[in-house]
Amino acid sequence: MISNRLIAGRVAAASAVATLAAFGLTACGSDPTPTAAGGEPAGSSSASGLACPAGKLTGEGSTAQGNAMSEVIANYGDACGSKATIEYNPTGSGAGIKQFYGGLVDFAGSDSALKTEEKDGVIEADKAKERCGGNPAWNIPMVVGPIAFAYNLEGVDKLILTPEVLSQIFTGKITTWNDPAIAKLNSGANLPSSKISVFFRSDESGTTENVSKFLKAAGDGAWTAEPSKSWTGTGEGKNKSSGVADGVKSTPGSISYMEWSYAKDNGLATAQLDNGGGATELTAETVGKALSQAQVKGSGNDLALSLKYTDTGAGAYPALLVTYEIVCSKGLAAEQTAVLTDFLGFFSSTKTQSSLEELGYAPLPTDLQTKVASAVKAIQ
Amino acid sequence: MSLTEENGLSTDQNRSPIQNRSLTLTAADSPVVDHGPVNTPPVPRVTQAPPPAAPAAPETAEEGGRRGVKLAKISRRGDRVFSGFAGGSGVLIVALVAFVGIFLIVIAAPSLAANTADFFTSREWTVSGDTLAFGIAGLLWTTVLSAALAMVIAVPIAIGVALCITQYVPRRLSNGLAFVVDLLAAVPSIIFGLWGITVLAPLLLPAQSWLSTNLGWFPLFAVGLSSGGTVFVASIVLAIMILPIITAISRDVFDQTPHDHIEAAWALGATRWEMIRTAVLPYGRTGVVSASMLGLGRALGETIAVMIILSTPAPGAAFNPSVFAGGETFASKIANAASEFDTPAKTGAYIAAGLVLFVITFVVNAIARTIADRGVRS
Repeated sequence: MISNRLIAGRVAAASAVATLAAFGLTACGSDPTPTAAGGEPAGSSSASGLACPAGKLTGEGSTAQGNAMSEVIANYGDACGSKATIEYNPTGSGAGIKQFYGGLVDFAGSDSALKTEEKDGVIEADKAKERCGGNPAWNIPMVVGPIAFAYNLEGVDKLILTPEVLSQIFTGKITTWNDPAIAKLNSGANLPSSKISVFFRSDESGTTENVSKFLKAAGDGAWTAEPSKSWTGTGEGKNKSSGVADGVKSTPGSISYMEWSYAKDNGLATAQLDNGGGATELTAETVGKALSQAQVKGSGNDLALSLKYTDTGAGAYPALLVTYEIVCSKGLAAEQTAVLTDFLGFFSSTKTQSSLEELGYAPLPTDLQTKVASAVKAIQ
Repeated sequence: MSLTEENGLSTDQNRSPIQNRSLTLTAADSPVVDHGPVNTPPVPRVTQAPPPAAPAAPETAEEGGRRGVKLAKISRRGDRVFSGFAGGSGVLIVALVAFVGIFLIVIAAPSLAANTADFFTSREWTVSGDTLAFGIAGLLWTTVLSAALAMVIAVPIAIGVALCITQYVPRRLSNGLAFVVDLLAAVPSIIFGLWGITVLAPLLLPAQSWLSTNLGWFPLFAVGLSSGGTVFVASIVLAIMILPIITAISRDVFDQTPHDHIEAAWALGATRWEMIRTAVLPYGRTGVVSASMLGLGRALGETIAVMIILSTPAPGAAFNPSVFAGGETFASKIANAASEFDTPAKTGAYIAAGLVLFVITFVVNAIARTIADRGVRS
């Protein structure tokens, strides 16, 4: 005689198998490649002059340009009918450069140009040259990521800070919101007397490096530590920009630095920067104005930039990071080179650059964009 | 000289006389000679025919019928295969642990040798650049504190749930309750981390500030962070994560309490609590200890949930022993930096931290084993 328990057991087993099968079958859908959110009309490939070669391209590196990369890869796939396969793995600038000169990926994304001095026993530029068969590697700026200083203060819609006051906040010299230094810059605002909670990136980050470069240059001596990927100030560390953004969002009286896209996505208020030219809000135009004052410190088509942090004039927002695509000027296999030049040409086009704005990036300013386009064409 | 040697049977002949001869033993078959009365002088050696070299062939039914019993040929192959398999698995496990230990030591040794700070008492962590100065004091404190607090919260609750499931609740309900507790074990740890920092931390903030303002004189409850990334929140989430492990094993152990013991307690007039206290809990003590050690092992090594919840202290910040401070555990520190291992020296420093965690877990398990064994012996 079959007991009720046995039947119940069999029914439970059958339903468990059915549930597992249902979950398993959902995986049999097509690969979840990001689809383009809008923009590209069907006939654009001929209009923008894309060659659309077939092939496979792999890149690795900076997480700051991760969102931009996936969007542009999706748009390029739409425009070219997915003939080429492009993969980008956002593992961090350091890891990306190592993989590039190790020959494991075709290009790297990095928040800082290849170093020409020795660091930790390695000169990055030389190792990259080796990888490219003796030809120099070029740093091609492609994605401009403004750095927002997001804060969480009830009732304060507009906050104006100078790089000096920011440095003092980030190093712990200013500890309360109603400190005279902050009050002087924000005469109308109702600043509470609560403690300032600072958040920083606990993992090594190119964003941290660029913020510390900016504060050291523009901070008038208030920031003394050497710029580095690890934070040297005060505060609480959170993992990745998403952790930092969550921290600011959930802690009243907090402030931090993060890529503009994270501040936008989380609805955080961003501080206006007064770099000597008056309070400047963070917009694509103000960032572009600051970036157009950057000097190219590389030679020829190597467009490594030396960003200008001080005396940027009115209407310029100088806290930004530029992500470079590090490529071989010559020496990459022909198939990959064809896809690379086509893809980077698409990436640097005006249409693509302006489409990045809604993701929280700023488009390349016109003169820089022209240089980038000609550098891309010169890749052999 | 042993009896077997006296009678000419060599000791490495494992075969009993029964295997070499028919089942029916007659006096003539026996290797032992009848010496008459026991207190006669030493007996002469008895020689006897050596047993046949080959095992006896299976007897025919007719012969067996004549003798009364048919013998089967005993094959030793199954024993050999299985003992080899079991022995091999044991060796494999030990070899795996040894390999992991050797890997950790080999990679960490150069960095430890080049370390300029005291490894065990320093809180510094400078691993890039020319000088290596790293110490695990802060990591050790946070790891031990969060795991200990998680155990203090989880173990009593787990024992309570296990007792509830096995002793108090009717059978049908207890299966459902057990199922729900096991479901908790199936939740991925990253979900716990995200839930902890976004949902639980804001809920615990008022409790945190109340405790630190009123009990702040006690160093463990001193004022720390004003956000939710504290050891307190992390410990509670860890406790929730290790609860199902401890509950499941304790439940099994309590279920196996001999009914005789329980019936005896009832017969002596014990109340339900007295019965549990005298029959169930003492019997299950070693099992509960093993279960707790398993839970402790998980709490010590939990990575992602802790990495998401805990706020890292700023470099150079003063040491705050409070549970309301942030911190880093061994596992979360290694995970945070895992994508930036660009030099062997840096990698070695982090691996050295991992080695300390490996040793701690080893020691904790050894202590657990001694407690458990002592319980078994008593």
